Amino acid sequence: MMEQATGGYRGVWRRLRRNPMGMIGLAMLVTAIGVALLAPWLSPYDPNAIIRVTILDIYQSPSPAHWLGTDDAGRDVLTNFLYGARVSLTVGFFASFIAVSIGGLLGLSAGFLGGRTEGVLMRFTDIMLVIPDLPLAVVIVALTKPSLTNIILVIGLLGWTGTARLVRAQTMSVKQRKFVLRARAVGAGNRYIMHRHIFPLVLPLMVVNTVLVISLAILNESTLSFLGLGDPATLSWGQMLNYAFTRGAMSAGAWWALIPPGFGIVWVVLACTLLGQGLEQALNPRLLTHHLAADRTLTSHRRLQPAPTSEGATPGNR
Amino acid sequence: MPEPLLRVRGVRKLFPIKAAGWRTHAQRVVHAVDDVNFDLGAGEALALVGESGCGKSTLALTLLGLEPLTAGSIRFEGQELAGAPPEVWRLARRHIQMIFQDPYESLNPLMTVGEIVAEPLQVHKLATATEERRRRIMAALDDAGLKPAQHFMRRFPHELSGGQRQRVAIAAALVLEPRLLVADEPVSMLDVSIRAEILNLLADLKVRRQIAVLFITHDLGTVSAIADRIAVMYLGRIVEIGAVNDVLTTPQHPYTQALLSVVPAPNPRLRRQHIILQGETPDPVNLPAGCRFHPRCPVAIARCHQVDPVLQAVGAGHAVACIRTTELRTNTL
Repeated sequence: MMEQATGGYRGVWRRLRRNPMGMIGLAMLVTAIGVALLAPWLSPYDPNAIIRVTILDIYQSPSPAHWLGTDDAGRDVLTNFLYGARVSLTVGFFASFIAVSIGGLLGLSAGFLGGRTEGVLMRFTDIMLVIPDLPLAVVIVALTKPSLTNIILVIGLLGWTGTARLVRAQTMSVKQRKFVLRARAVGAGNRYIMHRHIFPLVLPLMVVNTVLVISLAILNESTLSFLGLGDPATLSWGQMLNYAFTRGAMSAGAWWALIPPGFGIVWVVLACTLLGQGLEQALNPRLLTHHLAADRTLTSHRRLQPAPTSEGATPGNR
Repeated sequence: MPEPLLRVRGVRKLFPIKAAGWRTHAQRVVHAVDDVNFDLGAGEALALVGESGCGKSTLALTLLGLEPLTAGSIRFEGQELAGAPPEVWRLARRHIQMIFQDPYESLNPLMTVGEIVAEPLQVHKLATATEERRRRIMAALDDAGLKPAQHFMRRFPHELSGGQRQRVAIAAALVLEPRLLVADEPVSMLDVSIRAEILNLLADLKVRRQIAVLFITHDLGTVSAIADRIAVMYLGRIVEIGAVNDVLTTPQHPYTQALLSVVPAPNPRLRRQHIILQGETPDPVNLPAGCRFHPRCPVAIARCHQVDPVLQAVGAGHAVACIRTTELRTNTL
C-alpha cells in the first residue's frame, strides 16, 4: 500500500485511464446515470399517466408504438425500464453512502484507537458479518412498512461490515507510518492526526469501496423487490421482474417484460464492479502485475510517469 | 552546578513480551533501555553510538514521550517530564524536535513541503497570521539549505531527492526554534555523498542557533563531524561516555575499543589491529549475569561474571563501566 498515495490523485486518474476495464465500467456507469437523469425526456410515455387498458394491451409484443412491448398492466416497458434506473441508482447511492459512512467510521476508530475499543468494535463487526444479510433484510423489511426509505436504510445498515474491516486494515497500516510518529513528536493530538494524516490516505480506499458497495446495494434492492418486498409505489427493476414473474409473463411468452430489467441490473452491477476494480488497481499499481514479474512493473512505471517538468503531457494526451 | 538543558537519570524502558503458554505467569521483558544517565548542556552535541538493537532509538522515543518510560527521570530545562501531564509535554515539545532516519517515510506524501513545515506551527497554534507564518516557513527552509525557499513550498515529497527530503524534515524541526534536536540516524539512509552536507548542516545549526543535538548513530565515522561528546551504548546501557577526543583517541571500554578498531581509517598503514568480537549480542530478554558485555569481551575475567559494573570516572568528564579499566591501563603503561 506504500505506492498508492505517492502520485497524488492525479496519478490515480492517469493510471485509471490506462485501465480499459475500468474505463469501460466508468462509461457504463455514466451512461446509466445519464439515462436515469434524462428519463423524462427519453421515455415515450409518462409512467404515472392513468391509462385505459383492454385485454389486448396486456403483454403486447414490441411494436413501433411500444418498442419494448407492454407489461402485465398494459404499461410501456421501455418507459418503466428507463424510470427504473432512477430507483435502482438512488437506492444504490444512498444505501452505499450509509454503509460506507458507518463502516468507515467504525473502521477508522477501531484501527486508530486500537486496544479495547478495537476489540469491541471488531467483534461487533464479526457478529454482523456472520449474520446472513438477505434473510435478515427480508425479515426487517417485512416487519416495517415497505418503502424506498426503509429499503435504503436496511441495505445500508446491513452492508457496512466489509468496509469496516477494509478501512480498519488500511488505517492500521497508515498509522504505522513514520510521518504519523513525526506528527506525534511535534505534539499533534489524535484528532489532528486523524484529520490530517490518516483520513486523507484512507479516503481513496473508501471511494473505491463505495463504488463496489453500490453494486451490492443494487443487487440487494432487486432481490428484495423481486421477493415482493419492494415499495409498491415505485417501479424498480426488481419490482418489474417481480410483476412479470408473478403475473404470467413467462407463460405468455412475454420475454420483453423480463429481459430489460434483468439487463439493467446486470449493466449497473457490472459497471460498478469494473470501475471499482479499475480504481483499486489505479490506487495500488502493484495489483496490476504479478509480484514475480518485477521488470514488467518497472517498465510500466517508467511509462506511466513522465518527466516531472512536463506535467500536462501525459502519455495519453499525445 | 547549573541545571543542564537535559538531565537524564536512571531511565529504563522495558517491553513486556507475551508469555509462551497461556498459563505462564512469569512476565518476561525486553530490556531495551536499562538505567541510562547523562546530561546535555545547551548548544552541546552528544553522539549516542551503538550497534542496532542496543536501545538508542528507543531512548530517543522515550525522550520525546513517544514511548512511556518504565522508570527514571527526564528533566528538560529543570522541568520533570517523566510521567508529566500532557500540558507539560505539549510545552516541552515546542522545544524538543526530532529528525527521523527515513526521509522517504517520515513525510506525508499528500502534503506539500510548505504544509509539512507549517505543521508544527499549526499544531502549536503559533504564528497564526498568514504573513508571519509564511515568513517563518521560508526562514526555516532557508536555514535547512533549501534555497530558494519559495521554489520548494508547493512541491510534494516525491518530487525531491533523499537529501532534500531530509532537509525538509530538518526545516520542519527548525520552524519552532527548538533548543534540543534529537536526530535518530539522520544520514544512514542517505547516499554517502549527501551525508556530509546534512552533517555539516546540523553542525552549523548547532553553532549558529545554539541548538543542543542528541545525535544517534551506529556509525562512529560520522560522529566527530558534529559531536562534542560521545556516549557508547551496549544492550540498553551506556558503557562509556566522554569528550569526542578522549573517547576516540583513548577508548577505555573493551567494547569501544572493538568498535573503533573496525572503523575504516583514511590511512590504512596507521590502522591498528582489528578486534573482532566473538559471538552474538546476548538476548535482551535473558541478560547475562554480571557485566552484560562479558560473553563477548576479549579481556573478561571470572569476576566479570558476577559484578555488574557502573560508570566510573577515569578522567575529566570521561567515565567507563568496566571493572578492569584501571588495572588494564596500569598494565599497558
